[in-house]
Amino acid sequence: MGALSTTVFVISSAVKVVVIFMAWLLAVAGVTLAERKLAAWIQDRSGPNRVGPWGIFQPLADGLKNFIKEESLPEGASRWLFHLAPIISMFPAFVVFAVIPIAAPLPTPWGTVEMIIADIPIGLLFVLALGSLGVYGLVLGGWASNSKYPFLGGVRASAQMISYEVALGLSLVPMLMLSGNVSLPEIVAQQQETLWYVLPLMVGYLFFTVSYFAETNRAPFDMPEAESELVYGFHTEYSAMKFAIFMMAEYSNMIVASALIVTFFFGGWDIPFWAGDNMRVAADGLIVGGTPVWWVTVLTGLAFAAKVGFFVFVFIWVRWTIPRFRYDQVMSLGWKVMIPSLVVYIVVLGFSMLALESAGVQFSTTYMLWLTGVNVLGLLAIMFWLDRKRVIIGSAWRQVRPEQIR
Amino acid sequence: MAIGVIRVDRPEAGASYLRATLKGMALTFKHLVKPITVSQQYPEEKWELSPRMRGTHRMAVHEDGRSKCVACGLCPTICPANCIKLIPAEDENGERYAAVYEIDEFRCIFCGYCQEVCPVEAIHLGVHYEAAEFSRERFVYDLERLCEQDHPFTQLWDPEDPYSE
Repeated sequence: MGALSTTVFVISSAVKVVVIFMAWLLAVAGVTLAERKLAAWIQDRSGPNRVGPWGIFQPLADGLKNFIKEESLPEGASRWLFHLAPIISMFPAFVVFAVIPIAAPLPTPWGTVEMIIADIPIGLLFVLALGSLGVYGLVLGGWASNSKYPFLGGVRASAQMISYEVALGLSLVPMLMLSGNVSLPEIVAQQQETLWYVLPLMVGYLFFTVSYFAETNRAPFDMPEAESELVYGFHTEYSAMKFAIFMMAEYSNMIVASALIVTFFFGGWDIPFWAGDNMRVAADGLIVGGTPVWWVTVLTGLAFAAKVGFFVFVFIWVRWTIPRFRYDQVMSLGWKVMIPSLVVYIVVLGFSMLALESAGVQFSTTYMLWLTGVNVLGLLAIMFWLDRKRVIIGSAWRQVRPEQIR
Repeated sequence: MAIGVIRVDRPEAGASYLRATLKGMALTFKHLVKPITVSQQYPEEKWELSPRMRGTHRMAVHEDGRSKCVACGLCPTICPANCIKLIPAEDENGERYAAVYEIDEFRCIFCGYCQEVCPVEAIHLGVHYEAAEFSRERFVYDLERLCEQDHPFTQLWDPEDPYSE
């Protein structure tokens, strides 16, 4: 079975785009409901339970409400950019998902179809490039509103993005050193053959998660929104469907972030401890390592969905647990903690890999386990040196006598 | 630079952000899996109201459906919010009745003086609070509407304990 013919490729791609886009919109709606339900349960409330059984049609009701509400345009707002901003913020969140592999290849009578919309060889760079585009929606929305709080929100968004984009890129460098590849299906395949990268790259995973929290503007990094300080920041002046589109962008960013965490560190669609799904698509379209079966595709797809669902849950759980950082704490965490320790981490990991290769250890599970040991030590180092007093330090550091503290 | 930030010099062991975070996550997770017991599902479940709760008015009626009001004029006189409009009239038997009797529930402060002062126990406050309407005009209750109300009368005192505060 070779590569697909052009016609089959075009048709299968079109079908994949439509199906995944529909599933995607449903997932976004589901996540908005999940957020409200989980928030309610964490706070010992019931959450939405009026529209349909257990409130499952609440997102539909919200959508309907948003369609019939009035679209407002603030006086003095830049009309063109004001309308453009929600689109700009939603577009990257939707497009990034095209390069994420979601299941094992599916056999069809016309050839084997990969379960990824666009298997581009520079998948990771594409993800990083488009991921950083999302901030333009926030900045432009804040700027175009001609209102002070949205403006402050936009400024905060841009500063935060600049800080954490660096940490995000750096936290992926160890993964690149280990995988030696930027194609996402390749990264998944390597994790299937050895270990999930969360073990040999524990520290990298930790920093990646933290900086993606900052990238998606979720609590505790929701400085651009900051409802209690900035009246919801960049989307204060937005109403009706434009506001809803900002919200959809936030929730789809959350799903994208979870999907990326899963793909980079939790084996993508891999089912753990089972060799039946270990297959990869070689450059010429041939399947290496296993025979594609339809039920394996379904199972791996479900495994992927379950993992992504778990990380979406973590996102929501963290939001309703941790209070928002002060702005100087966000900056000091980004510049003074994350970036220097990531640089150190890259150096340490590089030397460990060099040492392992000099000692003649092959790229295998053993190799990964050695790196896991290094990472456990790194994690302990973070716990004991980095995390004491330094992250939540006050910006105006001064000693106070006990009687001054009231 | 934030102004006037007091930095507490905490002991080393208590200054870990990660540890505090994990503790907090465990706490919220415990609440997440705990069944919800305190929410009241309002339209289905309602509070049991006190018999002395003072809500929107109700007029007592005779068995033939006429209002018991004799248009003596005491309630508009005592009403501190001046919300009762009463125009008395006299029928062919020489009995006084209220030709117009309107209570503006927006002005009413639900003090219950009208009920206390009524010599024939005609006007009462009611144990009732769901008074929503679609227009402001509907909040001026006329005599017909006051007679039609069927929620329980407010008790001025608890019948089992009449001397309590």
